[in-house]
Amino acid sequence: MSAGTLYDKVWDLHQVAELPGGSTQLFIGLHLIHEVTSPQAFSALKDLGLGVRHPERTVATVDHIVPTTSQARPFADPLAEEMLATLERNCAEHGISLQAIGSGRQGIVHVIAPELGLTQPGMTVACGDSHTSTHGAFGAIAFGIGTSQVRDVLASQSLSMGKLKVRRIWVDGQLQPGVYAKDLVLHIIRTLGVKGGVGYAYEFAGPGIEALSMEERMTLCNMAIEGGARCGYVNPDATTFAYLHGRPYAPAGDAWDRAVAWWTSLASGDQAVFDDEVRFDATAIAPTITWGITPGQGIGVDESVPTLEQTDPDERPLAEEAYRYMDLQPGSPIAGVAVDVCFIGSCTNGRLSDLQAAAAVAKGRHVAPGIKAFVVPGSEQVAAAAEAEGLDAVFREAGFEWREPGCSMCLAMNPDRLEGRQISASSSNRNFKGRQGSASGRTLLMSPAMVAAAAIHGKVSDVRVLLQS
Amino acid sequence: MTALSFPFGIIPQVEGRAVVLTGDDIDTDRIIPARFLKCVTFEGLGVQAFADDRAELQGSHPFDLEAHQGARILVVNRNFGCGSSREHAPQALMRWGIRGVVGESFAEIFYGNCLALGIPCFTASHDQVLALQAAIQADPAQTIRLDLDSLQASTAAGLSWPLAMASGPRQMLRTGQWDATSQLLANDGALKKTAGNLPYVSGF
Repeated sequence: MSAGTLYDKVWDLHQVAELPGGSTQLFIGLHLIHEVTSPQAFSALKDLGLGVRHPERTVATVDHIVPTTSQARPFADPLAEEMLATLERNCAEHGISLQAIGSGRQGIVHVIAPELGLTQPGMTVACGDSHTSTHGAFGAIAFGIGTSQVRDVLASQSLSMGKLKVRRIWVDGQLQPGVYAKDLVLHIIRTLGVKGGVGYAYEFAGPGIEALSMEERMTLCNMAIEGGARCGYVNPDATTFAYLHGRPYAPAGDAWDRAVAWWTSLASGDQAVFDDEVRFDATAIAPTITWGITPGQGIGVDESVPTLEQTDPDERPLAEEAYRYMDLQPGSPIAGVAVDVCFIGSCTNGRLSDLQAAAAVAKGRHVAPGIKAFVVPGSEQVAAAAEAEGLDAVFREAGFEWREPGCSMCLAMNPDRLEGRQISASSSNRNFKGRQGSASGRTLLMSPAMVAAAAIHGKVSDVRVLLQS
Repeated sequence: MTALSFPFGIIPQVEGRAVVLTGDDIDTDRIIPARFLKCVTFEGLGVQAFADDRAELQGSHPFDLEAHQGARILVVNRNFGCGSSREHAPQALMRWGIRGVVGESFAEIFYGNCLALGIPCFTASHDQVLALQAAIQADPAQTIRLDLDSLQASTAAGLSWPLAMASGPRQMLRTGQWDATSQLLANDGALKKTAGNLPYVSGF
């Protein structure tokens, strides 16, 4: 059993009571909501005659259903309009702060909460969205919940939870040029599998993690859930504090110093005990791409689609299903696979540094003929910062579309979607069958720089070659 | 689409015909594709369960087969319900008629969402799940009983398979305390105390 880890410390501090069923009532420090998973929770509150216990601890945004071309109201899609109108009404009725379109603060929930300084070390963070694991980058315990639990947090500012085991994922060395946090996490999931993290929180630690920026740590923790771990986290350090300093909701003045002292005290100590530990060497990781229909079906850009013989017997039925669905031949190189659509954005890779990395590849080059390529900033703040340094112009000149912030084609609950059997190079997080809006659409997950390289060549390409030329 | 009431109170067992869905890592995007999440209520999700898989199989998906209409039990393999946290997934299954699930393993959030709806998710070993699936496919019309007391799946003909369930969820279902809201609200004093001791709540 783990002891002395950040997870243990934060868990203990947030325990309210042991519940009759044997689970723990956990106080939730920050509750984030959006338009997709909250309307039924508010309806349930109304049915139960309950109010919102701590409206000041819930923050709302709209992200999944917003169009990324025109965001003028009412939206062209009446269902999307109804969802946003419902969120607006619920927030107004219960006194919840909504980061509205055009406020300068709207964006993908997992992008805006960190950039506003809402997400802080030592908090418990819950949101009706599985990628809530993102916030663990700050040393928070952050996890996705379902709508019944959204109702519970609204009603009581707490949740009924069971404690997870803790696995330390220790990363030595540093990522090489052209290799990003996305490649690291795809490599980890490829190695440990999409079920490997079930029942665990992942602590990411070691020199390879300490070297990562906050945005890279967010990419890493974002995809902990794709490895089956409901939450992933990085111990807070000087990088964390430098990112938070001066943000709108971060503590200031004397409170800042006290906060830093407290945050520092929460990190897993030298004596911390983990339920499990796995080690990786960052220097050995290549740009990594998924070839199949789960995020665990990944390979290096210089590798070939694994054959059945190279596949663990347990994983063979899934591999066969993936060959059929993706129309890829076992044993064939992944480099050179032609793509139709290139998407840069999402809660995984829609932050400024992601756009900078992609722009560095796109600059002075042009998207290949016939390729649809578009860039969707993760938030209004990301868009403004990118535009201030001219990234929008770099992308436009290279033949990419520059869009308004939102979840876009990650899950296609908006007009951005694949058509038919189109294949996308995507900086998002899931390559599930049908994920990007077409029941037969196909997704290759990769880093934003690799997506840009795929757009330039019209096929999967090693971004390291482009970066050297 | 079903006159069956939703789970309520003490849940000692689930009984009914069963439907088998083979394959590992069946994610919630497949259980309910994202386009069906454009709604402000869960009503109507039942008919949309597995919409894309069913369209692809043109009537031969287990959820479309005549023999499985009215099934109450779903038997799956490993890591069922992975991916998105959408409660729309268990809501769609529940509204299609499912009241209990047996699998080799479940994704964490999906499992919790089912519990919050009063749908027990049992686990069983690989071999036992395969045996149960084979028995169901051999005779889809038979009634299967999933018992939370004895932790067994059984048939009237006397076949049985051992099941497992963590003690917490099991106790919550057996005592009717799976609906957490009222329990959470009962501890408001303790909640105030916990919150009061957190530096970030008090402004450091």
